[in-house]
Amino acid sequence: MITHPRTEELVESVRLWIDEIRPTLDPRNAFLARVAANALATVAREITEGPAAEAAAVAGMAGVLGHEGGYAELNAELCARIRSGELTAETPGLLAALTTMARDQIAIDQPSYRPEGTAPPAHP
Amino acid sequence: MEVDVRAGLEKLAERLGGQGAKVTEAGRLSGGASMETWAFAIEAPTGLERLILRRRSAPFDEETARSVSLATEAALIQATAANGARVPTVRHVCDAADGLGEAYVMVRADGETLGKKIVSDPRFDAVRPQLARQCGESLVAIHRTVPPPGLKLKAVDGVAELDRYEEVYRATGAERPILELAFQYLRKHVPAPVEPTLLHGDFRNGNIMFDAEKGVVAVLDWELAHIGDPAEDMGWICTNSWRFGRPDRAVGGFGDYADLLAGYADAGGRAIELSRVRFWQMLGSLRWGVMCLTMYLSWRDGITKSVERPMIGRRVSETEADLVVLLEEGL
Repeated sequence: MITHPRTEELVESVRLWIDEIRPTLDPRNAFLARVAANALATVAREITEGPAAEAAAVAGMAGVLGHEGGYAELNAELCARIRSGELTAETPGLLAALTTMARDQIAIDQPSYRPEGTAPPAHP
Repeated sequence: MEVDVRAGLEKLAERLGGQGAKVTEAGRLSGGASMETWAFAIEAPTGLERLILRRRSAPFDEETARSVSLATEAALIQATAANGARVPTVRHVCDAADGLGEAYVMVRADGETLGKKIVSDPRFDAVRPQLARQCGESLVAIHRTVPPPGLKLKAVDGVAELDRYEEVYRATGAERPILELAFQYLRKHVPAPVEPTLLHGDFRNGNIMFDAEKGVVAVLDWELAHIGDPAEDMGWICTNSWRFGRPDRAVGGFGDYADLLAGYADAGGRAIELSRVRFWQMLGSLRWGVMCLTMYLSWRDGITKSVERPMIGRRVSETEADLVVLLEEGL
């Protein structure tokens, strides 16, 4: 893809513009504009971090399932084998793979979210 | 038919305050697509009354709905109040003569309901260590209340709740391995049945009004009241989605399991094991995850247009990040 600008830079420029006009909006639209800006921030993170996260998920799922494949195919098979009861929380490697997938996804979707098990903030 | 709420309140002022009573202020506070909350005050010969109107603004079928009617809500608030629960004071349940549709009026209470403030505002630093215990105490008065006869309350247990949300999840067509694993795990760990009690049904930080000195003022938002396992109300307030950035404090982001359970036991509640609370807590994360999926679907299917909805779909990963830790720890 061309680099002047890169896709994530285009997205970032729109996000910054939304933030700029937010103070001029009525409360309801100001709220929605903040949501819209957050959505674009997620898009930008998905563009930059998504490929590595997907590659890690594919590797993790392939390890659990014992064969290679594409993301959608492995994900569907993983769901089916968990649903059937063949794979459980005790299956070696399954929770570790799912934990990596969850961490990578939250880093894209909601990086400020503090999941279960997170230590208290240093300066609460 | 569009209801003129302001005109309705003027009429209501005379009914509640006597002839010559006037509405001195009225403003809509919040509410979703189907529910409105209005703050208003009436000036009557007997004095000034600060009140809250809660009214439904969309058609409602109590048979099929998840929530109860507003009349049922009001009756439960009154019944639990008579039993010593900290709840709002119901002033009036509206009827056809009021022209406000399905609605009731409460006395306006003072306090904080924003979960984030309870968790992190220094104003609550002093009282915060007592709140989990007070929440346990508050639940005893609710769970002990025998619902007034004739109310249509649904009964739910762990299996029914898993069935319900798995059906919803399957219908979304989403394929999320962590949600799949949580369903399978919880099905294997459904706690033994207990004698069901009245439940608030949405007992979480955000639906409880707190005072910076006294703690719990009132338990609000009764629309999801039902009959079930008392640990369900405890598990929901422990679900990390309602800890507002303080996952280290299991109860609502302000307290510990031990204080919640001790407050419940010391107020005379039946003993509840922590693992039972954790079952409902994990089911709470799973349920919230599925609900986030359905909120995205309402946008995809063109039912709602707000940009908020698809973004809520990306909050499923919050519940997944919580669920993998809970699955690792066990109940």
